[in-house]
Amino acid sequence: MRCRQMLLSGTVLGAMLVSSGCSIQPWVKPYERDRLADPIMAWDRDAISSAYLDHIRESREGSRGATGGAGGGCGCN
Amino acid sequence: MTNRHIFARAAVIAALLLVRSTSADVLPDDRADVFYSKYSGGGMDITGYSATARAKITENFAVEANYFIDKVSGASIDVLSQASQIKDERKQKSGTIEYLHDKTTYTASYTSSVERDYISDTASISLSQDMFGDLTTVTLGFSDTHNTVGENNGTANDPNVAWIGHALSRAYSGGVSQIVTKNFIAGVNLQVITDAGYLANPYRSIRYLDPTNPKGYSLGNQVYPDTHTSTAVQVQGKYYLPYRAAVTAIYRYYTDTWGVVGNTYELDYTHPIKNRWIFEGRVRYYKQSAASFYSDLFPFADSQNFVARDQNLAALDNTTVGAKVTYAFLPDGWKFFKRGTVTFDASRIRFNYLDFRNIKDYGVPQYTPGTEPLYSFNANVFQVFVSVYF
Amino acid sequence: MLSTRVLLKRCAMAAIVVASTAFAAGGDASGPAPSFTLTTLAGQPSGLSAYKGQVVMVNFWATWCGPCQQEMPLLDQMYKKYKPAGFTLIGVNVDKEAPPVKQLLERKPVSFPVLLDPANQVSKAYHVDEMPSSVIIDRKGQIRYIHRGYKPGDENDYQDRIRQLIRE
Repeated sequence: MRCRQMLLSGTVLGAMLVSSGCSIQPWVKPYERDRLADPIMAWDRDAISSAYLDHIRESREGSRGATGGAGGGCGCN
Repeated sequence: MTNRHIFARAAVIAALLLVRSTSADVLPDDRADVFYSKYSGGGMDITGYSATARAKITENFAVEANYFIDKVSGASIDVLSQASQIKDERKQKSGTIEYLHDKTTYTASYTSSVERDYISDTASISLSQDMFGDLTTVTLGFSDTHNTVGENNGTANDPNVAWIGHALSRAYSGGVSQIVTKNFIAGVNLQVITDAGYLANPYRSIRYLDPTNPKGYSLGNQVYPDTHTSTAVQVQGKYYLPYRAAVTAIYRYYTDTWGVVGNTYELDYTHPIKNRWIFEGRVRYYKQSAASFYSDLFPFADSQNFVARDQNLAALDNTTVGAKVTYAFLPDGWKFFKRGTVTFDASRIRFNYLDFRNIKDYGVPQYTPGTEPLYSFNANVFQVFVSVYF
Repeated sequence: MLSTRVLLKRCAMAAIVVASTAFAAGGDASGPAPSFTLTTLAGQPSGLSAYKGQVVMVNFWATWCGPCQQEMPLLDQMYKKYKPAGFTLIGVNVDKEAPPVKQLLERKPVSFPVLLDPANQVSKAYHVDEMPSSVIIDRKGQIRYIHRGYKPGDENDYQDRIRQLIRE
């Protein structure tokens, strides 16, 4: 119960900080993201394969959760 | 429930992973995959088939559907009293919708998994927001799972399933991904999962010392707490090497209210060749401590309020070595296909149990209970899939 | 400790605030357009000064940028349509190396001039903060409009602005 409360407080604080701090200038410019846009820099190129490997692990281990990643990429709009 | 009941539960949570990784600038390309997998190890053979397709309905709205079938056969270490083979089939369907608005991606998905003695349904939502010049991505997610647990009191070919309980599970997740330099991206994820209800595997039993039994021990029912809360934190980083390759490092820490503490370490290396090939190698090491109410051999019947001998809750470690090769048979597209690839992925996992003993009777002289060899086995996991992008 | 429900409500509200932070796709801008000289794929020098007196759209693009590729054919159509009326489109490519650019343009050629900015000097001078970006410059060399990103339908926006500036 405590963990959950902490996670939620952290989220609220984070969201508030973020909504006030959107004016930071990016130090990696959008035209410098060529390497980050390379498919080899994706956290997960094949979600179906990673989901399957995680499924194998979670069925044989006592741990679960927190896998995956978002973000990166070309940042194009 | 076969011991891959845990597969079903895990699979539904893993289905959330299909929801996890969108960055909120443009929706990913349309794509379809056909997938085959084979797991063999510990006496079990599991074959999986899957098909997935995703498509953008408009520039801001995409849908994805996935269908998965698992076929299990074999007899695992923990089928003690029943000498019969397990044979079962699990079918899973899931649907996801994604909506992109400015720098936010909203995702909702529903997954349903059905097998003869286990039904699991999960609904999940998540939100992913790009900020600070698109260098930072914050993701929040929530999912709700309902499981119905049964026990097959018949045989594999002539089942007789009794429904024995329900379990509810809620997962809360948060993650931050940060572009640190032109070559380096880092991330941290946190996930808290709480379960309540019937949380044990009905096919597994405990054993306790019993001098009245010729084997020296007798079997008993597991008794699990009816609640469970776990917290996992994962940190990861990916670095672009100047000659065009990527190296990834992942560490995850897990702890829960059952006393299990798990540490996962993983290192991946990705090496492409032009536009045609991508080679990947991975090494993973996992170690966990046993649950507080776990024991391979209890001193007598009813020695504790909660008792378990499920190998997933034992002290164990495992090491995985894996390799993956992707070949683009359509590197630059053809007609309306943007790209087509075929991928082979093979892993070998060595499982070592530190306090779970191999008590299957192979016709060798009886061991004094508690001195049987510790269990360990190797598993091979193979996947092949064809992906087309359009 | 606040109750979970209160926290959840606050979390949801904060998330909505964050999510609704609008990010305008395009905006009026002002100031003289920085002049520049870059080379074409063929190695010939060229720059903004070559198109003095015309309405110029400078489009910043890269081979690794999906939306950039999406808008290129539409930009090409637009270029062919308004060129007779005194309009030019310059594609400033920001890739670090030329071979992928050459390969892409061989497969999907465009008729408007493409200049290479591997050192990103022009991108910096124009404060490019989104990929792709299109900067529309009037006949007097003043920046009038900056469009960030590309979503299908944005080409109508470009055309409206271009027609307006051509008529001036």
